[in-house]
Formats: sequence, C-alpha cells, structure tokens
Amino acid sequence: MNEVVLEVKNLTAAYQKNTVLRDVNFQVEAGSLTGIVGPNGAGKSTLIKTMLALHPVLSGEVHFFGSTYKKMKKRIGYVPQRGSVDWDFPTIALDVVMMGLYGQIGWLRRPTKTHQRMAFEALDKMGMADYANRQISQLSGGQQQRVFLARALVQNADIYFMDEPLAGVDAATERAIMKILDELKAAGKTVMVVHHDLQTVADYFDHVLFLNRTVIKHGKTNDVYTEDNIATTYGGSIRLIGGRIGNVVHPVKQ
Amino acid sequence: MWSILLNSNTQWVLLSTAILGIAAGTIGSLAYWKRQSLMSDALAHAALPGVIIAFLLFKVKHLFVLITGAAISAVIGAFFIQGIRSSTRIKEDTAMGMILSIFYGFGIMLLTIANRTSGNQSGLNNFILGQSASMVQSDVWTMSILAILVVSIVVIGFKEWKIYLFDRQFASGLGLPLKGMDVVYTILLVTTIVVGIQAVGVILIAALLIIPAVSARYWTHSFQTMVIISALFGGASGTIGTLISAIGNGWPTGPFIVVLAASFFIISLIFGKEKGILVQYWQMKHHKKQEILQSIPTSVLKKEVQ
Amino acid sequence: MTYTAWIILTASLVGLSCGLIGVFLILRKMAMMADAISHTVLLGIVVAFIITQELTGVHMLIGAIIAGLLTALFVQWLNSLDVQQEAAIGIVFTTLFAIGVILIEAFVGNAHLDVQHALMGEITFIPWNRITLPIVGSIPKATAILTLVFFVVLLFIIAFYKEWKITTFDPGLAASVGIPVLFMHYLFMSLVSITTVASFDAVGAIMVVAMLITPAASAYLWTDRLYMMLVISGLFGVASAVIGYFIAAWIDTSISGSMAFATGLIFLASYLLSPKHGLLAKYLKPEKIETFE
Repeated sequence: MNEVVLEVKNLTAAYQKNTVLRDVNFQVEAGSLTGIVGPNGAGKSTLIKTMLALHPVLSGEVHFFGSTYKKMKKRIGYVPQRGSVDWDFPTIALDVVMMGLYGQIGWLRRPTKTHQRMAFEALDKMGMADYANRQISQLSGGQQQRVFLARALVQNADIYFMDEPLAGVDAATERAIMKILDELKAAGKTVMVVHHDLQTVADYFDHVLFLNRTVIKHGKTNDVYTEDNIATTYGGSIRLIGGRIGNVVHPVKQ
Repeated sequence: MWSILLNSNTQWVLLSTAILGIAAGTIGSLAYWKRQSLMSDALAHAALPGVIIAFLLFKVKHLFVLITGAAISAVIGAFFIQGIRSSTRIKEDTAMGMILSIFYGFGIMLLTIANRTSGNQSGLNNFILGQSASMVQSDVWTMSILAILVVSIVVIGFKEWKIYLFDRQFASGLGLPLKGMDVVYTILLVTTIVVGIQAVGVILIAALLIIPAVSARYWTHSFQTMVIISALFGGASGTIGTLISAIGNGWPTGPFIVVLAASFFIISLIFGKEKGILVQYWQMKHHKKQEILQSIPTSVLKKEVQ
Repeated sequence: MTYTAWIILTASLVGLSCGLIGVFLILRKMAMMADAISHTVLLGIVVAFIITQELTGVHMLIGAIIAGLLTALFVQWLNSLDVQQEAAIGIVFTTLFAIGVILIEAFVGNAHLDVQHALMGEITFIPWNRITLPIVGSIPKATAILTLVFFVVLLFIIAFYKEWKITTFDPGLAASVGIPVLFMHYLFMSLVSITTVASFDAVGAIMVVAMLITPAASAYLWTDRLYMMLVISGLFGVASAVIGYFIAAWIDTSISGSMAFATGLIFLASYLLSPKHGLLAKYLKPEKIETFE
C-alpha cells in the first residue's frame, strides 16, 4: 500500500451553535484522487477549512505526512472557492500566481525572475499563458478558476485541497482542470476535491469520500460508489437511468 | 437640580428627545437589517453643508429651514454614494467615507465663512455635537411631529417592511414596489438624521441609530419585538442623556446620550436573553456536556441520516 | 523657508502618507474603519493629555496609537460576538469619541485642548511651534513628525509589499502559505493610527479621512496595477493639499475643509476623465464584454 499522507481522527467541528462535523475518521494514501461529495450543509467546505486550520477544531486530530499541519504547511496546497476573493483587486493573472510563492520567498525578499518564470510556467500548464498580463476582473469565471489552479500548482505541494473547482466553469476549463489533476496523480501527488456534481464522480476520481456531517463511506470509487452509499449520504431516493446513477432526489432538510 | 425637571421648557425638551430616540431606534432597526448601519453616519456628515447653505440663503436660524437644507444635502450625498457604487468598481464603504468627509469638509468651509460674516454662530456650531437644551418650543414641535411621522410610517407598513428587509426578491414577487420603498426608506432615514442632529449632533447621530438597534438583538429573535425594544432603548437614552447633560452648564447633549445608549448595549451584551455573553457561556457548557454524552458510535448516526 | 512654504510642505506630507496608506485601506475595505480611528484618537489624545498635562509630543502619539489599536480590537471582538462589521465600527467609535468629549468637558474645559481644534486642525499654527534638530536646524514640530511618519509608512509598505498584497487580496491563501494575517491586520491599523495622529495638527480628524480615502479611490480609477495605484494616490494626495490650500487662501476659509474638498474635486475629475474607468471613456468606447463563460 502507499504511504498514508493524511490521517484524520475523531474530528469534530462546530459552526456557531451547530455541530457541523462529528467524529470524522479517514486515511488518505499518496497518489489518490479523491472526490468529497455530500448534500448541502454536509460540512464539506468546513472539513477542508478545519484540516487547514482555517476553522477551529472542537476535538480530534489531523496529521499530514505523520506530522502536524503547521510543520507540513509547505507541502500542502489549497484552492479555495472562487467566490472568496475580490476580483476588482488591481493585479494581473501572473501576479496572482506568484502569490502562491510568497510563503517560499520569505519575509523582506522580492520575487525574482526565477519566480516569475515558475509562475508563467504554471499559467502555461493551465493554458493561460496569453492572459498573464490581463487584469483579473477581465477574466471569465473559468479563466479565473484556472488562475487559481495555476497558483496552487506553482506551490509544488505534495497534497492539494480544492473546494468546488469545477463549479460554474465551462466545459473547456473543466477538461483542462481534470487533465491537470490526472497529471498530479501521475506524479505521485495526492488530491482531495470537494466536488459538486455526483454524476461525474465516477469518471473523475479514483477514490470517493461520502460526507454528511460524518464519514458515511470512504474508499476506492469502484468499491464504494454504490446506490446504497449514495442513498445513505443524501438520505433520499435515487433513480437509475440506463444502469448509471442518473438522478438523485434528496429532501431539502437533512 | 430637580427644579430643572419642573421647568416646562425642559419637559418639552425631554419629551422631544424621547420621541426622537424612539424614532431613531425604530429606523435604526431597519438600517441594521439592511446592513447599512454606517450610512447614517455618512449621511449625517453630508447634511452639514445643507444646513449652512440654508442659513446663508435665508438668513434665519429657523429649524425647519435648516432641517430642509440638511435633508436636501443628505439626499444628494446618498445619491452620490449610490452613483459611485454602481458605476465604478469603488466599493460602498469607500464611497461612504468619501462623501462623508468631502461634504463635511465643504460644510466646514462654509461654516467658517458663515461664522465670520454673521457674528455669533454658536447656534450653527451646535449642529456638530448637539444641544437639546437650546431648543425652543417651536423646534420641539417640529422635531416631534417629524419623528412621530417616521414611526407611524414604519408601524403602518410593518409587514411590508419586514419582507422588504428579509427577502427582497420574494417581496418583489409579491408585487411590493421595491424602488418606491427604497425611496421612502431613505426619506425616513434622512428625516430622522436631520431631526436628530439638533439633539445629538452630526458626529454622533449615527450612534443613536445603531446602538439601540444592536442592543435589542440580544433580547429577542422576533423582528417586531426587536424594533420595540430598540425604540425603547433609543427613547431612554435620549431622555436620560439630556437630563444628565443638563447638570453641567452648556454641556453638549450628544455625548451623554451616546454613553447612555452604550451602557444599555453593554448590559444587553452581557445579560441579554438571546446571544448575551452569559447566556452563551452557559449554553456552550451545556452543549459540550451534550457532546460528551452523545459520543455514540457513528453507525447509529448513519441510521439517523437514512 | 517662508511661512506658506512650511504649510504647503506639511500638508503635502499629509497627502503623501495618507495617499499611500489609503490605497490598502480601500482595497481592504476598511474605509469606515479609518473614519472610526480618526474619531477615537481624540480619546487617546485626551487621556494622554490628562495624564501628562502636555499638549504636543510623543505622548499624544502613543495615546493615539493605543486608541487606534483599541478601536481595532474592540471592533474585532464585537465582530466575533456576531455583531455586523459596520454596526460594530459604529458602536465602538461613537462611544469612545463620546467619552473623549465628556472627558474634555469635565477635566480640561475649553482652555487648551478643544474639540474643534482636534476635529479641524489648525495648520496655520504649525510653523510657529518649532523644534530644533541636528543638521536641518529649526523646523516646525509637526513637519518633523510627519516626515518621520512618511518614511516609516514608506518603509513598511516597501518592506512588506508582497505581504500586504496577499493579505489584502486573499487572506485565506495568505494564511495557508504561512503569513500571519491577523498580525498584519493590527500592524496595518497601527500604521493608520500614526498617520492619522500625525496628520491631526495639520488637517484635523475628519479631513484626514478625506485624505486617506479619496486620493486612493481616485487613483483606483486610473490604473489596474497596485504599485501604480500607490504612486498616483500619493501624487493626488499632494495635489489635494496644495490645491486645497490655495482655495482656502483665495476664499479665506478653513484650510483643512478646503483640502478635503479638493480631494473631492480631483475625484470628480478622475470619475469623468479617466481613460480606463471614467465616465467619458465609457461613453466614447463601451467596454468589450467577454462572451464566453
């Protein structure tokens, strides 16, 4: 088996008065590409934020590469939801990607030509080389997402967390992003993605984590992507269309 | 000191600051849920040039004239803020800060000129920090009528205001005239502000519009109750604050009203039934206890979800 | 140097420092926070005065910095208790300011320190209050302090340029790459405080707000690059100070009010004329719309 790069034990987190995550346990192996799925309010974003110390932990532990988040920060990359940023900020795409390197550049030092080149290469990988000098509010949603991806790539992390990177992007961008994720996997990196679309999970991810406030099931897609698990997670009835899981109807209140 | 209370002029002043406080508390609740708390600060500062211009044009210190000038100036300010926000990438808080300081600066320019050309202007200066005690009976009538008007309009259309605040799109779907309500809201806000400037001053009127409303939140989840409590806090702050400042000779009333309101806030913050610090602390302890009791294996939880 | 020259130099330093800090202020959406701090420093100054019985000097600066930090802290605290950001700012600054005014009335009277002065500043007195320094000789105290503040602000902006950039643009990412976001926030609030306080003598509280916000907002309409925004904002700050002074001299009115007004004039010009984001430009050539999404 591969090395365990992420281990979560008994993680519990709350948001105001409500417990959003309870008793979350799972282990992630190196080189896996995991889709995190669950209904609205299941705590998917909160899970990532809690693991990355962006949200307080009520109880439990999180270990990266056998150590703590703080010590392993440099090996972890994060692509947050696109809506979390002010796109009117006076900066260009290349700049945004370079920001991914600020942690490495360190205090009081300027970004160098080398850093600029690394940023440019990352943009190029995402097909955005032509837009390097474009002010970011002039980019379409899909392009902005690609810039965000490039920013994560440039950090050259060993494990990546992405929060709904494919939400609201055009088909071309979706393909570009999934291509990159496959490349990362091929390079031995680990990727965990909060995915918004249950239907495409089987196509894109080799592992699935079903989450609804706690881990319903986690494992290889082939093993765990079943009607039962989906029903348990989403708490509703599903209809099969042509043998594939086609339409999930779940009640509004969980 | 108690003889002050028996003075009928003081009684009128106290009554009007009470009514003003009630109006401020009421409209302040609306502003809070509209997430526009500081707009009152911006508009209050924007009102200053209007006051001075009205004075310079009409050469009288008649309150109604000055109030109208203030209102026009404030509305122009509101218009500019909206305009900047919607036509450029400049955000609302920046637009507010700009209009606030530029209009106020312009107002100070005019005030300096007015003070120079027209002798004793302590009256105009009162608009900066407030001076309820210097109100004359006609002023009291003007203020009270306007304030009562404001409260009435909120009360009459209460259900409509509620929906307008919480779910604009739904309100629009019901056929409520959103643009019209926006205008009415702005007028109510501006009226309360310009009326309140006499008592609390330009710099601090925002306090009377913000603090009672926020304080009320700690006592209830019901919007209606919140508005009522807010109005009460506002009225109490206005009255008691004016009373206290009457002890000193010629002390501005604004600061005392604000400190009163802040005291109510702190009390609400700590002891409030809903979300007060003490209450939350106990709830958290209770919750933690529940968590320990509830560490049931997750297989049971999965059954729940099913 | 002549009397007028000192005044213009001092005002220009205000314009420069405020212009620089202002850029990050509006990008961080803390414009109203600046408004708040400009009021609460009054309390800091009053308390410093009551304790030290001195009207000028380092004590005022320290009192004001403490007031500024306290403001930021209180707002942050109220925020964590679920009070809306704007409401929190409103509660904190009005209360602290009110307390400041009451303290003045109670302990100081109108004798030395009065609210009008603190609010409006009195730049015409600046050249008289001098301090003797090595090398440059006798210069106005306020000018000396402002020069110091300007260099401090410039230094911090240059040294931590990328940190300011990333914590402003994407605090989440900043945290995840190891940058202490909260520390940068309070550091920034401190810079705002000292800039505000140093500018008080020259232009007073309310006008500092104009200087902090408007030149930066005007610059925002001219450029899409951060460093350019800083340069233009600084220049606009200086221009506002100079133009404001001459308007005041011409009409014979409050200098600080005129400077605030001048920032407005420059903004108006930018709003109308900017080739990138101005009204005229939008009228003459409507923007291309990205059609794929």
